[in-house]
Amino acid sequence: MSKDFRNGTELIQICNANSKKISEVMIEREMYLSGKTRDEVIEAMKDSLKTMKDAIEKGLTKDIKSVSGLIGGDAKKLKSRYETTKTVCGKQVNKAVASAMAVLEVNASMGLIVAAPTAGASGILPGAIITVGENFKLGEEEMIHGLFAAGAVGYIITKNATVSGAEGGCQAETGSAAAMAAAAIVEMLGGTPEEALHAASMAIKNILGMVCDPIAGLVEAPCMKRNAIGVANALISADMALAGIKSIIPFDEVVEAMYKVGRALPCSLKETAQGGLAATPTGIRIQKEIFEKIESDKTVTK
Amino acid sequence: MNNKIYSVFDIIGPKMIGPSSSHTAGAARIGRVARKISRDKIKKVSFYLHGSFASTYRGHGTDRALIAGVLGLQPNDENISRSMEIAKEQGMEYSFIETDLGDVHPNTVKIVLEYNDGKHSELVGSSIGGGSIKIIQINGLDVEFSAEYPTLVIRHIDRPGVIAEVTKIMSHHNINIASMNVFRQHKGEDAFMIIETDHVVSEKIVDEICGLKDKIMSVYMIEAL
Repeated sequence: MSKDFRNGTELIQICNANSKKISEVMIEREMYLSGKTRDEVIEAMKDSLKTMKDAIEKGLTKDIKSVSGLIGGDAKKLKSRYETTKTVCGKQVNKAVASAMAVLEVNASMGLIVAAPTAGASGILPGAIITVGENFKLGEEEMIHGLFAAGAVGYIITKNATVSGAEGGCQAETGSAAAMAAAAIVEMLGGTPEEALHAASMAIKNILGMVCDPIAGLVEAPCMKRNAIGVANALISADMALAGIKSIIPFDEVVEAMYKVGRALPCSLKETAQGGLAATPTGIRIQKEIFEKIESDKTVTK
Repeated sequence: MNNKIYSVFDIIGPKMIGPSSSHTAGAARIGRVARKISRDKIKKVSFYLHGSFASTYRGHGTDRALIAGVLGLQPNDENISRSMEIAKEQGMEYSFIETDLGDVHPNTVKIVLEYNDGKHSELVGSSIGGGSIKIIQINGLDVEFSAEYPTLVIRHIDRPGVIAEVTKIMSHHNINIASMNVFRQHKGEDAFMIIETDHVVSEKIVDEICGLKDKIMSVYMIEAL
């Protein structure tokens, strides 16, 4: 049987025919394609997990300002709330959300992150996997497996649709990250491959159509908050799938629908800063201020 | 559906300095390729920015990433954010010019490297998404390669037999060619051979190819990004 797969249906076939989890199938696919040993492949993912953990740690503890000065410090605010107060959503959800925001703040300050699948959506997967992993007292190995399962979902979306905001809007970017994270959590908590793809489908469906409209064209706002809602989306979708709730539309069709919706979005709503929040009076004013500030900073340093 | 073969680390990765895979990591990669085709100590580098690169380069740190690349830093090097200071320490001048490079990808930059003797090298590259890049011009000659594989860039005379002599050297050293393209401006003048290989090509082999005098003008080895 082939070690490679092109879509969700083929992935599930391979999983079921060999009684293997998605993560295992993805690890074997990587070994097959790269010619590397299992240990080498696992070790490389371990390194990614460490970078993710470090970014969360940095964003939750250090004072961070983005390059433009527009964002920074919000992850810490949320952390201090869930650590000291009873919250609406509970500690775990808030911790996952704060972690996702932390990574995006680190990203916007030119810090080190792992694009997952992109830099603009890099908070969701770490926020979900690491928070759930710690909460359920799972080991590093299980989190690494979660990342491989997430990689399988991200690979299918990349191959059959897009994970780029410029091409498919934010639904393609943070939506894909949420789908990847949802599938990963389901696997980490013992769900079946089918359940993992149901979770991924639900995560995409929840934000189908979301536009990409960053203020001043920068990966800062609303990106950081969409990573926050993206991780919450992943957690909810995972819980629904683990409860036995199914996506009525199969995963491959959801991915195709997302791609078609993305294609149908006008250019002004695909990372061009010409529509949506970027084109509001406040968005336009901030854009002007940011570029004037950078311009004057440049003059000073010359 | 596209036919590219994706590794799991294309999806969970690259490990990079933010904020944008196309505006930061891709920019750093283009800068690195420019460094690889430099032939001397760089006195000054000028970046001609096109499209989205021109309009958002400051807020995305594209400027610092480009300089970092020309300095030889990797897209995951935390020194990217202080690349301007490093350039000053090393005595490399730099400037950014917003321009229109014509019908090219929105994230495209032309990099001009100047040397102490007044001569210069040029490269045009596009950052096409997810940190992937495409080099589309070297020293005025149209080319196309991604630098995802170890890549030999050979400037040679457009004359019968040159390609055979180069590939013979490769085969002699048991280097498998993954893909190969030849680009020329005019018949009988100079051309580029772009050879992507499965393994890094050693200095020794590069020297041997350089040894094909009066047929080969220059050889650059660009390790996989």
